[in-house]
Amino acid sequence: MTLLSVENLAVHFHTRAGQMRAVDGISFSVDHGEILAIVGESGSGKSVACYSLLNLIPQPPGKIESGTALFEGRDLLSMQPDTLRRIRGNEIGIIFQDPMTSLNPYLTVGEQLIEPLLYHRNLNRQQALKRAVTMLDEVGIADPETRIHSYPHEFSGGMRQRVMIAMAMIAEPKLLICDEPTTALDVTIQAQILSLIKALQKRRNIAVIFISHDLAVVAGLADRVAVMKEGRIVETGPVNDIFQNPHSDYTRTLLASIPSGSKPNLPQFCEQPLLVLDRLTTCFPNNSGGWLSRQKADKKAVNEVSLTIQRGEILGLVGESGSGKSTLGRSILQLVPVTRGSVIFDGIDLVGLRQKRMTPLRRRMQMIFQDPYASLNPRMTVFDCLAEPLLYHGLATRRTVTAQVLALMDDVGLARAAIRKYPHEFSGGQRQRIAIGRAIATKPELIIADEPVSALDVTIQAQILALILALVEKHNLTMLFISHDLSVVRYIADRIAVMHRGELVEMAGTETLFANPGHDYSRKLLSAIPALSTNPARSTRPPTELA
Amino acid sequence: MLRFILSRLLQAIPVLLVVITATFLLVRCAPGGPFSAEKAVPPEVVRALEAQYRLDQPIWQQYLSYLGDLARGEFGPSFRYPGRTVNELIAGGLPITAELAFYAMLVAILIGVCAGVIAALRPNTPQDYLPMSAAMLGICMPSFLMGPLLVLVFGIWLEWLPVSGWGELAGDKILPAITLGTGYAAYIARLSRGGMLEVMSQDYIRTARAKGLPERVVVLKHALRGGLIPVVAFLGPAFAGLLSGSFVVETIFQIPGLGRFYVQAAFNRDYTMILGTTVFFATLIVLFNLLADIIAVWINPKMRHQLSRSR
Repeated sequence: MTLLSVENLAVHFHTRAGQMRAVDGISFSVDHGEILAIVGESGSGKSVACYSLLNLIPQPPGKIESGTALFEGRDLLSMQPDTLRRIRGNEIGIIFQDPMTSLNPYLTVGEQLIEPLLYHRNLNRQQALKRAVTMLDEVGIADPETRIHSYPHEFSGGMRQRVMIAMAMIAEPKLLICDEPTTALDVTIQAQILSLIKALQKRRNIAVIFISHDLAVVAGLADRVAVMKEGRIVETGPVNDIFQNPHSDYTRTLLASIPSGSKPNLPQFCEQPLLVLDRLTTCFPNNSGGWLSRQKADKKAVNEVSLTIQRGEILGLVGESGSGKSTLGRSILQLVPVTRGSVIFDGIDLVGLRQKRMTPLRRRMQMIFQDPYASLNPRMTVFDCLAEPLLYHGLATRRTVTAQVLALMDDVGLARAAIRKYPHEFSGGQRQRIAIGRAIATKPELIIADEPVSALDVTIQAQILALILALVEKHNLTMLFISHDLSVVRYIADRIAVMHRGELVEMAGTETLFANPGHDYSRKLLSAIPALSTNPARSTRPPTELA
Repeated sequence: MLRFILSRLLQAIPVLLVVITATFLLVRCAPGGPFSAEKAVPPEVVRALEAQYRLDQPIWQQYLSYLGDLARGEFGPSFRYPGRTVNELIAGGLPITAELAFYAMLVAILIGVCAGVIAALRPNTPQDYLPMSAAMLGICMPSFLMGPLLVLVFGIWLEWLPVSGWGELAGDKILPAITLGTGYAAYIARLSRGGMLEVMSQDYIRTARAKGLPERVVVLKHALRGGLIPVVAFLGPAFAGLLSGSFVVETIFQIPGLGRFYVQAAFNRDYTMILGTTVFFATLIVLFNLLADIIAVWINPKMRHQLSRSR
C-alpha cells in the first residue's frame, strides 16, 4: 500500500547566476514498511527533493515549481503551512547528515527530545520526559535518566546521531527520512547506526526514505533504490536489480567507481627506507585537567609509533577519527611540535631541526589535505598557487615559470585554459587536482596525503585515485596515504598500517591484512565495512561481478 | 571559573597603570594649571596652594605619591571644589549617572533586540530595510542633535514631557534616557540582526523546523539565545560607554551627574578630578567587559562546562 506518492516534483533555485533546476520533474513512491533508497552524487538533488516535501528548503531562492506529493491522500505541497507543520516531526520524521551541527548546542538533549511530544501529542513535560527516557534507551544510550540532562557537546558523534534518531522517532512517525545519516561517522559507528535504523524500522514497521551517496551502504539496507542524477531519477527498481542488472549507463558508472579489490599492479620498490619513525610521540596539553592538575598526563595523540616507509611505496594509514592518524602525518612534516622520538627522512632527523635547515627539506616533502574547498587560498589563481612553491624554492625563474605551471597542469589533468581561474570556479575534484599539483610542484620525494578523496563523490574519487597512482609511478613518489576508508586504502596502498587511540596496532601488506587481520581492532574495522555483497538475503550476486 | 575571573582581574592591573600614567602626563602637558586665573594672584598664595596640593614637588614624586593614594582607594582632594575630595564628588554624581545609563540601556536593548530580530526574520525585504535604515540613522545622529530634536518635538511642540531636570517632574527621565539610548539601540539592532541571521541558517534551526515546532518557538527558544551572544558581548563595553559618555546628555538636560563634573574638571585643570574620574571609568570599563564575558560563558553550555571543570 502506498504511503507517499510523489509525482512530477520540480524544485528550482532562482539565483543571480540564473535558474538552477535542482529537482527536475521526479516521481517516486514509498509503501508502508518499505525502505526506499535515493542514491546520487552531491548536487544530484536528492536532499532537496526530500526537504521540499516538508517545506524545509530555503525559499527564496528555492521554489517548488510543480508536482504533487500525496501522503496518505493529502498533498503535502499544496497544504497550508500550519497543517504541514503538524505533519513534520509528527507523521514524518527526519534525520540529518551532520549530528554535530543538527542539535541545538544551547538546550539539553531532553529539552529537544520532548518538543515533538509537547507540540504534537499535547503531553505535559513529565509524561514527555518519561517517554524520552524510554526512547533514549531504545536507541542504545546508556544511563538515559542522567544523560537526558546533558548538552549535545557531551555526546560523541555517533551518540548524537542516536539522539537525532530518537528525536525523529519519538512521535512515532509513519515515514522516516534519513539524509546521509552515517556520512559524517566512522565506519564502525556507521555500522551500528545502520543496524539501529534497520531494527527500529522492522520493530515499528515504518517506511524509510534513505538518502545516500554510498551504494555499499544502500545495498545492505534498502528494498528499492532510485538513482538520481542532475535533478532526475535515471533508474529505479528493486535493490537486487539495480546492483545486478543496471539499465542506465550512469548506474553502471557509479557501480564501477566503487573502489574494490587491491592495487592493480604492484610496482617493484627497492628496499631502501626513505622515512623511518622511531617511537614518535606527540602530546597535546590536556587543558581540561586545569590549574592544579596540570602535571596530569597530556593527551597522547600519537604514542610511540615506529614505522618505516620504503622509497616508491604507498603506505596506507587507517583508523577512526581521533585515532591520531592526521597528527602522525603532521608530526612527520614537523607541522606540530613532536614530544619524543625521531623522524628520520633520508638519513636526517627532522625533530628539533632549525628552521633554516628545515626549509630546503620542505621542498622534498609535501602534503595534500582533505578539504580542497578550505585548503586553497580563495584569492590566488591556479597560476599563483602552482607558481608559488616553484619560485619560493628557486625551481623556476620568472621566465620559465609559466611553462612549468602549464606542464604541471597537464600532469594533474587540468585544462590549460583554466590557468587564470580562482578556486571557487572549480568543482571539488578539480580543486583537489590543483592541490595535488601544488604538492608535486617541487618534485618532492615524500607526499603525505591526508584523506585526499574523502570529500569527493564516488566517481570523482575514482578519478583522483587513478591520478594519484599514475603520478606516484611517473615521478617515483613515496606516499603516506591517510584514510578512514578501508576500500580506498586497499585500492591504492602497498602496505597498510592501522592506528587505534594513538598507537600503531598492526602493519601488514594490503592483501595479508584483508585476508588475515592480526589484531582485534583491525578485524573490527574490516567487518564494519559495508560491502555490496555482505547481505546474502538482499543481494545474491557473486562478489566478483563487480570488479 | 574563579581562576578565569582572577586572571582577568590581574590582567586589568597593567591596563589601569597605563591609563593612569598616560592621563597623569597628558593633563600636566596641557597649558595652564588649576590656579592660573585671569586675575593676578599674589605669588605667595600660589606657592602656598601648590605646597598644600604637593604641586611643588618634582613630577615623579607627585606621580608616586598619587599611585600610593590610589592603592589606598583615595583619589585625593579636588582642586576646584575646596574641602571636598574626588571620592565624594564621584559618589555624589554616580547614582544619577548610573540610573540614567541603566534606563538608556533598557531602551537600547528593548528597541535594539526587537528591531534586529524582526529584520533578521525576513532579510532583504522592507521588513529588514526599514529598521536597519533607521538604525543607520540612529548611529549617525549624535546625541547633541538627537537631544535638542526630542526636546523640540516632545517638550515644546507637543508639550508631553519636561525638558530638563532629574527626578523633579514626572517623566523628566524619559527624554534623556531615549537620547542616550538611541545610538546604542541602533548598534544593538545591527548586532542582533547579524547574530540572528547567522543562527537562523544553522542546521539545528532546520532540525527544530523539521520537528514541526511553530515558528514562534523556533525563533524565541532555539535561535534567540545563540543569536544574542554578540549583543551580550557588547553590553559590557556599552554600559561603560553609557556611563562615561553621558556628559552630553547631562549637559543638555541639566542633570547633575558624573559626566558634567568630568567635563568641567577638564576645563578647570582639576588634576585630581580628571585623574580620579578617568581611573574610575577605566576600572568600570574593565569590570563590565569582564561581566559581559562571564555572562557570555554562562549562556554557552559548552564553555560553561569547560570552565567549571577547570575550577
